[in-house]
Amino acid sequence: MKYLILIQSNPRSLAIWDKMSDAERTAFGRGHLELNEEMAEAGVHVASEGLADPSLARFVSVRDGETKVRDGETIISDGPYAEVKEHLAGFYLIDVPSLDEAVAWAAKVPDAANTEVEVRPVLDMSGWEF
Amino acid sequence: MGVLTPLEEVLRTAAPQVLGAVVRRYGDFDTSEDAVQEALLAAARQWPSEGMPDDPRAWLIRVASRRRIELLRSDEARRRREALPPDPIPSVRGDDELTLLVLCCHPALTPLSQVALTLRAVGGLTTAEIGRALLVPEATVGQRISRAKRKIREAGARFVLPADFEERLPGVRQVLYLIFNEGHTASSGASLHRVELSTEAIRLTRQLHARLPHDGEVAGLLALMLLTDARRPARTRPDGSLVPLAAQDRTLWDRARIDEGVEIITAALRDTEVGPFQLQAAIAAVHAEPGATDWPQILALYRLLEVVAPGPMVTLNRIVAQAEVDGPQAGLRALAEAALTGHHRIAAVRAHLLERSGDTTAARDEYLLAARLTLSMPERLYLESRASDLR
Repeated sequence: MKYLILIQSNPRSLAIWDKMSDAERTAFGRGHLELNEEMAEAGVHVASEGLADPSLARFVSVRDGETKVRDGETIISDGPYAEVKEHLAGFYLIDVPSLDEAVAWAAKVPDAANTEVEVRPVLDMSGWEF
Repeated sequence: MGVLTPLEEVLRTAAPQVLGAVVRRYGDFDTSEDAVQEALLAAARQWPSEGMPDDPRAWLIRVASRRRIELLRSDEARRRREALPPDPIPSVRGDDELTLLVLCCHPALTPLSQVALTLRAVGGLTTAEIGRALLVPEATVGQRISRAKRKIREAGARFVLPADFEERLPGVRQVLYLIFNEGHTASSGASLHRVELSTEAIRLTRQLHARLPHDGEVAGLLALMLLTDARRPARTRPDGSLVPLAAQDRTLWDRARIDEGVEIITAALRDTEVGPFQLQAAIAAVHAEPGATDWPQILALYRLLEVVAPGPMVTLNRIVAQAEVDGPQAGLRALAEAALTGHHRIAAVRAHLLERSGDTTAARDEYLLAARLTLSMPERLYLESRASDLR
């Protein structure tokens, strides 16, 4: 079974990041690298990425065959960070036998120690006959 | 249905024999397995253009043996092993496939690793093929295999058939069934590579059955696979959507597979002690009979299965059969009594029984609940469409 571990960025996680020392930030990044390696070594890693700032996003839609592109929104507030609702900051896609194991992996994501991460089962194209 | 090319057939049949011969000669399962994999890849590359050698197995053994030395040479830490004398061609033995199968399904390994290693070492599939079939990256499969081999080394397992190998057979059967289901539940069209897993599981189980004809559960497993696989052409539409058993076009069922499965399960039930795979195969055989389904017979078999191998899904299936015999109200009562929870199939069965009893409003809610709980896209579409029909 594949599970997606979603890491959201929100005002709470940004506030925590803001207070971190350089050493703490380095350790946080290293935590992600080590988790990647651990997942790969265990044979459960399918994909993982961190996403660039949402201000770099493009929203794409097609109407009557015409492609429209809208820029990502940046709402400047007091801080240097985009003060938006939650946005996706990164993910791990893993392949493990059960939700319990997916949760155990999610607990190792450094962000889980700060805020929380979300585990979502991935829909499969296979199915049993009824 | 997955059909192997003549080249694939030769390579996959030869793979465990070649590996068995090389491991028996040199002793190191780990490096030998890598070497055989590379020999198989070389054969798949060279033989189509250069022609198949007169003795393909001897060719593979020779190339794998040479490759093994090169692999060891490239590993400084293992340099001392280079000193092995040049080799007579290692020989092939009849037990090699069974020995390998038992080794690959070693209880120290996780199911994910058992599946990957079995497909490669016994099935002769390449890492890339396994990745495509399991829908994970090739590197992930590679990791599962090297991890499995390390675990085997750490567990001190050697390439000999353990005296108590029969105690390990339940684990072996489980791995083969897991491989079969990975392929069987794939909706056709969506992933042909996955379907190939069922073909592979049947091929390996057939070999095991030929080697252990008196093991009733191996026979039961083979019959169950054949009888289930026989329905494949009817169980999905070309667009990948699911067709429930009751609505399947039976003329699409593979009669030859059904006949073979029925023959195997009939003999097993007559000659050996009954077990869960035999009972499941017997149920599949009753479903495959022409004419109206003999539900009292299926109910009796599920009751037996509930005794031999109890579990929530067995109980659920027994209730489905019970409802066919005694009506939907009896089924709904049994469902309430069994107090099953948490699985989408329970909601799907309740929805179906409510629909049959005429309570379409409640049925619709249960179909939608089941649709939300399933992790399968084709099942979700099927359940949503049942709900829409009741609008």
